[in-house]
Amino acid sequence: MAQPESERPLTRRIEPVTKSVTAPSTSSIAVARANGGATTRTPLWKKLLRDPQAVVTTGILVVIFALGLLTPLIAPHGPNESVLSMVNAPPGTPGYPLGADESGRDIFSRLLHSINTAAISAILGTGVALIVGITAGLIGGYFGRATRATTEWIFSLIMTFPGLLLLIILMPVTGGDYRATMLIFGVLLAPGIYRIVRNLVLGVKNELYVDAARVSGVGTPRILGRHVLTVVRGPIIIAAAFMVGSTIAVQSGLAFLGVGSLEIPSFGAMISSGFRNLYIAPTQFLWPSLLLGLITASLVLLGNSLRDAFEGSKPKPSKVGAGQRVAEIDAETLAVPPAVLLGVRGLAIAYPTPSGDLIEVVKGVDLDIARGEVLGLVGESGSGKSQTAFATLGVLPNEAVITGGSILFEGRELIGLSDAQMRPLRGKAIAYIPQEPMSNLDPSYRVGSQLVEGVRSALGISKKEAKSRVLALLERCGIADPARTFDSYPHQISGGMAQRVLIAGAVASRPKLLIADEPTTALDVTVQAEILDLLRDLQSELDMAVLIVTHNFGVVADLCDRIAVMRQGRIVETGLAAQIFGDPQHEYTRTLLGAILDESSYRTDPPVTAPTQGGQA
Amino acid sequence: MTLLEIDGLRVAFPGRGFRAAPNEVLHGVSLSVAPGETLGLVGESGSGKTTIGRAVLGLVKPSGGTIRFEGREIGGLQGRARRGLSDDIQVVFQDPYSSLNPSLTIGDTLSEPLIIQGATRRDARARVRTLLDQVGLPSDAVERLPREFSGGQRQRVAIARALGPRPKLIVCDEPVSALDLTTQALVMDLLVDIQRQTGVAYLFVSHDLTVIRHISHRVAVLYRGDLVETGAAFDVTSKPEHPYTRTLLLAAPVADPAEQRRRRDERRATATAGVDR
Repeated sequence: MAQPESERPLTRRIEPVTKSVTAPSTSSIAVARANGGATTRTPLWKKLLRDPQAVVTTGILVVIFALGLLTPLIAPHGPNESVLSMVNAPPGTPGYPLGADESGRDIFSRLLHSINTAAISAILGTGVALIVGITAGLIGGYFGRATRATTEWIFSLIMTFPGLLLLIILMPVTGGDYRATMLIFGVLLAPGIYRIVRNLVLGVKNELYVDAARVSGVGTPRILGRHVLTVVRGPIIIAAAFMVGSTIAVQSGLAFLGVGSLEIPSFGAMISSGFRNLYIAPTQFLWPSLLLGLITASLVLLGNSLRDAFEGSKPKPSKVGAGQRVAEIDAETLAVPPAVLLGVRGLAIAYPTPSGDLIEVVKGVDLDIARGEVLGLVGESGSGKSQTAFATLGVLPNEAVITGGSILFEGRELIGLSDAQMRPLRGKAIAYIPQEPMSNLDPSYRVGSQLVEGVRSALGISKKEAKSRVLALLERCGIADPARTFDSYPHQISGGMAQRVLIAGAVASRPKLLIADEPTTALDVTVQAEILDLLRDLQSELDMAVLIVTHNFGVVADLCDRIAVMRQGRIVETGLAAQIFGDPQHEYTRTLLGAILDESSYRTDPPVTAPTQGGQA
Repeated sequence: MTLLEIDGLRVAFPGRGFRAAPNEVLHGVSLSVAPGETLGLVGESGSGKTTIGRAVLGLVKPSGGTIRFEGREIGGLQGRARRGLSDDIQVVFQDPYSSLNPSLTIGDTLSEPLIIQGATRRDARARVRTLLDQVGLPSDAVERLPREFSGGQRQRVAIARALGPRPKLIVCDEPVSALDLTTQALVMDLLVDIQRQTGVAYLFVSHDLTVIRHISHRVAVLYRGDLVETGAAFDVTSKPEHPYTRTLLLAAPVADPAEQRRRRDERRATATAGVDR
């Protein structure tokens, strides 16, 4: 499915739920998004420029670290230049704008020098963490089990070290040099980066495009650098922003505790000295604390902005109980003949584009389904057929807006109903079978308990009654050992079985209308044939109407009484199955039928033996 | 002379958990592909048809048997030796969405294999234009990203990438299964055209007998890791010998209500015979 709005391939993993019943996402939505999304693709820096938080924090950091770079030019005094007469001079003393500390050193100059200390700490610590973490993550993620086990073991070991304590204990080794300390701290930070990179690489390395590159003769280093690293870039930048903050904080913390040389100007040492003088010169500790706070807070906020920019904005809260969004519709009730179970009139569904306009994906659909009738809704991807079905169930995605029309079920208007009003209908009078049976079963519950729950809420019967009913249904739906399937978890049953289970659940309440969205597309042909048989038998047995959404004309020919052909949000032709297949009226129907590969056509031309182009032979 | 010769191919994947028995998915499959020929490989999910393709591509390691390409054993080749084959054997995958790197432009994707083979940037650019033309895409596609293309167009890009090094064999792993009906027909026509022009051979993997029949000279039917039937496309798909092939044929619904009813009855009548699932 196209993901036009995503910046990185991995973001599609965190796209809104795609397969559950509550937020169905089909190709038509993708098309709607593509129409608007592709044109308004914005580069990362532009997104950041639009985010005031990112602009302000970047500005602050740039100014602070620019001051650090300019220190030799603008600092009035050296960092350790002490003047005895200036001990604890108050702010505002000439030449000492922020005063002087307990040793008579200029606080302003020391602040400027501390910025550089912080910057060097950040570069060393973060740099080591990135180099070690990314390298090991790429290796551990991409290569086989043994390599991964080794890197995993090493980094788990590193993680068990108590960081701050270790840095203090290693004082004799580092000789109190904060730079050596920061190098070690970088190694201690590396496991975080390692884990991020390893997980992303594990996800990417099985992508088909990596396989394709391998088949093209691309060597491992190049695959890692070109195809894998591009994907992990975003999350690493985010993590780096947070890490810079933490290295600066740790360096300051160590200096505050008095670890390392006292000669080195740093926020920690300054705060420590300010604390000692709290009663004599209460403002001394304030300046370094403020600057340190400003730097770390800016880094954390910038990290958040980066995450928003890289990974897209936060998902919108899901609607609760509000029902579907409906635009103002002229209250015009259309007459629907009483024999009609479901009457759709002029249904229009739209999706908002990023620019705020609405794009219609369904543009005025009229459909009638009589009681006990099987209607096939056929069309290619993006034709709006699934959207029409979802609107009937009242489960369109949150952003969808019904912009017109009416859906009458047994004479009752469904558009505008809240979820609470829809609930008695859904799963009872109107049932649903999804395209991907597996993703519609909760992997953490047994199949039976999921069915019992549904049956009980639809019919309001006791647990025991529901169980015996479910077992009978499973047997009816062609499951050889119902008791065993009842006690199985979804991963223990095959796709065909899962579809039988869902069909059993759907027909449990003897629905009047069954909506099946590509019910056999994900299944093998032999299983498909069995599922179609089952659907046909159940349909005649329960005399329910079926709306079957599909792109497969074979399925339609097998099952349907009537057919509606959809194209680009409109129904172009409706008619009896025999009539549509035998004497299609609309040009598009003819094109579709013409595209079906003929049963009797075979490849007749012999293999080309002498290549006319290509081939080195 | 055959181009690709697979003999007694076995592939086993390590079992889950400590010291678990390996799970064998191919139990000794033998088949061959002649130059310029399409061999259709048909089977259901779990039959091992994709694994055969991946073994030929060097993406999975055989646990037994031989794979010979132009008389040379390629089954266990690794690293540099394997990479040397990349201008002879190429691939088109099923999913046109995940088979293209979303952050690379079409031009970069197409020129990568060419540059790896040692082409200069300029030659590669010229070749990419020819390739795009060959698969019927506009030349301004070079600058665009995969997400700006539809499924059918992306599959054309994937075909162009496979054609880049002028291979002798392309493994097509369900290349049209994810496409709409009308697009499917167009992409298959394109594949046939290219074969006629260049004499490339296809190992065409699909679950769909109709597609297989349309594009293959010969057909091999797989069932749970074993080859059950091989033969000329017409023979296998019109008078199948093996009961499983017959089941497969009858199971595929046809777009004709009357014919489908007849076929359904025939299938139900023979449901007890042959392979039961």
